[in-house]
Amino acid sequence: MEPLLQVKNLKTCFKINKKWVPAVEEVSFHVAQGETLGIVGESGCGKSVTSMSILRLLPKATTQIEADSILFQGKDISRLTDREITEVRGKEIGMIFQDSMTSLNPVKTVGKQLDEAFLIHQMCSSQQAKEESIGMLKKVGIPSPEKRYGEYPHQLSGGMRQRVMIAMALAQSPSLIIADEPTTALDVTIQAQIMELLKEMKEKTGVSIMLITHDMGVVADMADKIMVMYAGMVIEYGTTREIFKSPWHPYTQGLLASIPRKDRDIDRLHTIEGTVPTLSTMPPGCRFCDRCEHATDRCRKERPKMYVHGDRRIGCFLYEEKGGGSDEN
Amino acid sequence: MERKENKSSYFQDVLKRFLAHRLAMFGAIILTIEILSVIFLPVIMKLDPYTMDYMNFGGAPSAQHILGCDDVGRDLFARLIFGGRVSLMVGICSALVSLIIGVPLGLIAGYFRGWAETIIMRCADVFMSFPSMILILVLASVLGKSVMTVTMVIGLLGWTEFARLIYASVLSIREKDYVESAKAIGTKNGPILLRYVLPNSFAPVIISFTFRTAQAIITESSLSFLGLGVQPPEASWGNILYYAQSISVLSSKLYMWVPAGVILVLTVLSINFIGDGIRDALDTKMKI
Repeated sequence: MEPLLQVKNLKTCFKINKKWVPAVEEVSFHVAQGETLGIVGESGCGKSVTSMSILRLLPKATTQIEADSILFQGKDISRLTDREITEVRGKEIGMIFQDSMTSLNPVKTVGKQLDEAFLIHQMCSSQQAKEESIGMLKKVGIPSPEKRYGEYPHQLSGGMRQRVMIAMALAQSPSLIIADEPTTALDVTIQAQIMELLKEMKEKTGVSIMLITHDMGVVADMADKIMVMYAGMVIEYGTTREIFKSPWHPYTQGLLASIPRKDRDIDRLHTIEGTVPTLSTMPPGCRFCDRCEHATDRCRKERPKMYVHGDRRIGCFLYEEKGGGSDEN
Repeated sequence: MERKENKSSYFQDVLKRFLAHRLAMFGAIILTIEILSVIFLPVIMKLDPYTMDYMNFGGAPSAQHILGCDDVGRDLFARLIFGGRVSLMVGICSALVSLIIGVPLGLIAGYFRGWAETIIMRCADVFMSFPSMILILVLASVLGKSVMTVTMVIGLLGWTEFARLIYASVLSIREKDYVESAKAIGTKNGPILLRYVLPNSFAPVIISFTFRTAQAIITESSLSFLGLGVQPPEASWGNILYYAQSISVLSSKLYMWVPAGVILVLTVLSINFIGDGIRDALDTKMKI
């Protein structure tokens, strides 16, 4: 079956000191119908840039997005004009942002903002939009939605605001939702509730989700597939089950070893030595080589390709031999 | 689950803070009295600022003319009230003209950046580097001296202040997450500008509008004082003060110019106080 979203060889550059510096490179992945793809990696590894590039939400003057193709429902959305892409936003691909406090317009009631989502693409009266909005608020589990409809964002709690954001993203029943760290700004119990809500919405509507997070627990819980990114490149891709069972890439291994676990009694958590190289000091070879215990001279000089082994793709020379050659997807 | 909540909305809070601001309330009361009197007093008291009383050239205050007469025998109280109409109108209308030109230009420059920003903001720089008083003098004398031209000229030259203000706040508002999330649900640029960017960057404009109005009233009076603004027989506070150019009036006929001067100062002061009050009331960090 054709995947819902298929990104081939995405490259996004930012203009820094008059030079174009790539922030993400050679990013290829796909999201199948009804699937949840978790994108993980530490801050600044290009997770958000990847998702924003798909919807072209980055400042135009200082960004350059190149891709062989970004196929969404068989249509190449990387070739759309600016006007056409606004039709895709919201209607076909919804987005949930990290910080619900700053992502809602402080001078408008949440109801009015939610109405907007209904009024933009669907031609309906504002009365209908209001009814739809209240229905949507109810669906995302907001108590007394009629009352909340007329309130301002600052009168709602963080969890409720994030529910409103989810309602906004789902309003136009898109087939894909990009959730950019939807729970980072919330405390742990609310996080669990929001993830539960996302799962429930996914089951009800069959929407696919691209879940961006650096919380391995969240992906383990939600995602069908995982894509691990490091310094602007994909380094490992596979099903959640396989990656958690046996992470291959030294970076993924490090990430998983750093998760606190109840069943292991240790004093200090595992850490990955060093920091991510900055955009302008990227090594020519593997970008993880400076922090990798297995690094060889070859790693430092030559960049590993994505080696395909069944469902899995891995960008590390250690796994070059295990099977198949390089592949685009 | 129903819990007691602080019901007051943002605007109620703002209003509460404004009402608690003493100077602003003082200004608001004075200005309200003034506006009511310039609208209703002429009808109620049947004031006539134009008819000359030939028996009373420069006559002192009396029962018939409570503030006396000017040098051609027109009732000064009537002129003061009618002058108030003109002065307040010129002030408010010219500030409105500035706002109507400046705000959209500032919005466009700040939101779209690029060449629109360059053209609009460089134009603003050019406008700001003109010595505005001299330019107003020249324009007023070239275009004819009427209430309309004075209003338009003052208004046209004032747009830069609004443009720069809104431009500065749009630059920060456009980067806000809610603008991005509006884009992410497919909102087009027009609605984003009108419903997200403008309401969030409008507060400084309201404040500036009041100061601009006060400024325009002063500018109009200065022009009329110099004889280049509103022309007699039409009255304005400025052209009542015109008589004070003569030494004999200045020293011996105080009733001819002091009331207009006092009213002018009081009005400008009141408007400035109101502006201060609005500024403090809109500042959510201030708790009264």
